[in-house]
Amino acid sequence: MSASASRLGTAREEGRRPRPGSDAVFHWTLRGLALAPLAILIGLGVQLFRASAASRHAFGWGFLTQSAWDPVFGHFGAWPFLFGTLLTTGVGVVIAAPLGVGTAVFLAELAPFWLRAPVGYLVELLAAVPSVVYGLWGIFVLAPWLQQSAEPWLGDHFSGVPLFQGAPYGVGYLAAGLILAVMIVPFVVGLSRQAISAVPAHQREAAYALGSTRWEVIRRVAVPTARSGIWGGILLATGRALGETMAVTMIIGNRPAVSASLFAPGYTLASVIANEFTEATGALYISSLIEIGLVLFAITVVVNLLSRLLLSRIARAGAAA
Amino acid sequence: MLGNLHSTAAPLTASATTSASVPGVVETRHLDFFYGNHQVLFDVSLRVVQHEILALIGPSGCGKSTFLRTLNRMNDLVPSARWQGEVLIDGQDIYAPGCDVMALRRKVGMVFQRSNPFPFSIEENVAYGVKINHLARDRQHRAEIVERSLRAAGLWEEVKDRLRHPALALSGGQQQRLCIARALAVEPEILLMDEPASALDPIATARIEELAIELKQRYTIVIVTHNLQQAARISDRTSFFLMGKLMETGATQTLFTKPVRKETEDYITGRFG
Ligand SMILES: Nc1ncnc2c1ncn2[C@@H]1O[C@H](COP(=O)(O)OP(=O)(O)OP(=O)(O)O)[C@@H](O)[C@H]1O
Ligand SMILES: [Mg+2]
Repeated sequence: MSASASRLGTAREEGRRPRPGSDAVFHWTLRGLALAPLAILIGLGVQLFRASAASRHAFGWGFLTQSAWDPVFGHFGAWPFLFGTLLTTGVGVVIAAPLGVGTAVFLAELAPFWLRAPVGYLVELLAAVPSVVYGLWGIFVLAPWLQQSAEPWLGDHFSGVPLFQGAPYGVGYLAAGLILAVMIVPFVVGLSRQAISAVPAHQREAAYALGSTRWEVIRRVAVPTARSGIWGGILLATGRALGETMAVTMIIGNRPAVSASLFAPGYTLASVIANEFTEATGALYISSLIEIGLVLFAITVVVNLLSRLLLSRIARAGAAA
Repeated sequence: MLGNLHSTAAPLTASATTSASVPGVVETRHLDFFYGNHQVLFDVSLRVVQHEILALIGPSGCGKSTFLRTLNRMNDLVPSARWQGEVLIDGQDIYAPGCDVMALRRKVGMVFQRSNPFPFSIEENVAYGVKINHLARDRQHRAEIVERSLRAAGLWEEVKDRLRHPALALSGGQQQRLCIARALAVEPEILLMDEPASALDPIATARIEELAIELKQRYTIVIVTHNLQQAARISDRTSFFLMGKLMETGATQTLFTKPVRKETEDYITGRFG
């Protein structure tokens, strides 16, 4: 018995220090695995960069600002797609952020307890619906409603706002933005709710003890304390919206043009790749689509890096704290 | 029966019974308190006199915190809380319908066992109550209140050059004094302190104790403590709670040297608790 005990003891001792040989292999394998995602990311970027060479040489930086998209004459400019991606994402986030944070506040602070779990679950379920289903709903329900009711109404009541001028098409930036809002709102709700619920009870008590109303505790203590998580949710949602392909492609209208009106049909970076890649003929056409992929890749990576940066800065402020 | 016990044991209480509406006076009458069906306080009748420090002592779980939290209605936040009896602050029944709970909590400030600054700057922490209660005329006035409160809490010299820094970067003792400053900024009459020094080292504890004695000039203080030496050092009177009952209240000197009740004697001599 004492022998087994001592054997155990040695085993434990050895476990602490990496043994040369097999342990080194293990060590380097793990390190390799950890670096794999980085390698994939860089590889992806390099591949996209290489494969878009023809397009980059032909159009230079003007590719990003040119509006012509003419496969027949070989003129390719990405501006309508870039514009469409930014505009639809903007609409989606502008709607989803307040809606999501509001819902999160409601679920974390105000809703009766029996309501919190089921509503929270339903919101999460929104993220589980396949995006093609959202697309179908967009085509058959949202777009007709926008065209017949919402867009004419907006046009009448906000006629001074350029965003709401022009003929109501139904499909277009607004429809895509609304669909995106529905699709990304669960990410805002999820992270915000988690962050708000994590605000310690003793901090709320401190606020109550100073004569705060429930509303003041929420607005001035709980939400500000949870701000890093809330921003995290919003940025995550933004990243999602930028790259969303299927639902947007079905409802954006697929028109490679720029319009200041939200009612107009448009196009996005992701949609044009999805729609045209299989039919693209000619090296320059394919190369241009790949460059669009490169642009989308760069934007999403930058947004994610920004969100990391912001989150870590807030986290550091909290920790310095 | 318990109700009159404490008045015979405490000379100060006897003098206090004469005037019911002196500012800064807290009085409970036959207070019972329940969490759901679990009764935590039994028929507690107690009076706190203006500008005194009353220490609440007793074994863990005997209801000291609960009692303290009935005085500013913090227990309202517990859904299962129920109570009977009266709590009078300045002669007003704070559980009477129509009582302004927010105004009550401003008047009866609280310092918690765990220091709980907001994750904001030092300045914003102190200014919080001033802002929500609209106590400052303008920014200038607010800055004055912040300074005055930090001075009163003995923290000004240490933080005056870094008011914009995060409060959570302060040491534990500084954080607790910041919480005191934050409570003072809304100009309370009464300060409730629930083991304010239990998480602090001896030096920080001594500072809090000195501070309590200083603050007594202007505020009425009820302090819960597990540290009997602390109660002896700073309080004028002491109340001993046991299993939700107020066993005895007396001048601190008397209570520690000649307790009336056997249970009190057992507790202060360390025979249980
Ligand atoms: N929110 C609550 N819900 C239900 N029961 C509670 C709650 N808070 C306290 N209690 C119970 O009430 C009793 C008294 O608790 P209280 O915190 O007032 O004691 P205490 O004297 O302050 O103890 P300690 O010295 O450990 O802080 C305990 O039995 C405790 O379990
Ligand atoms: Mg307690």
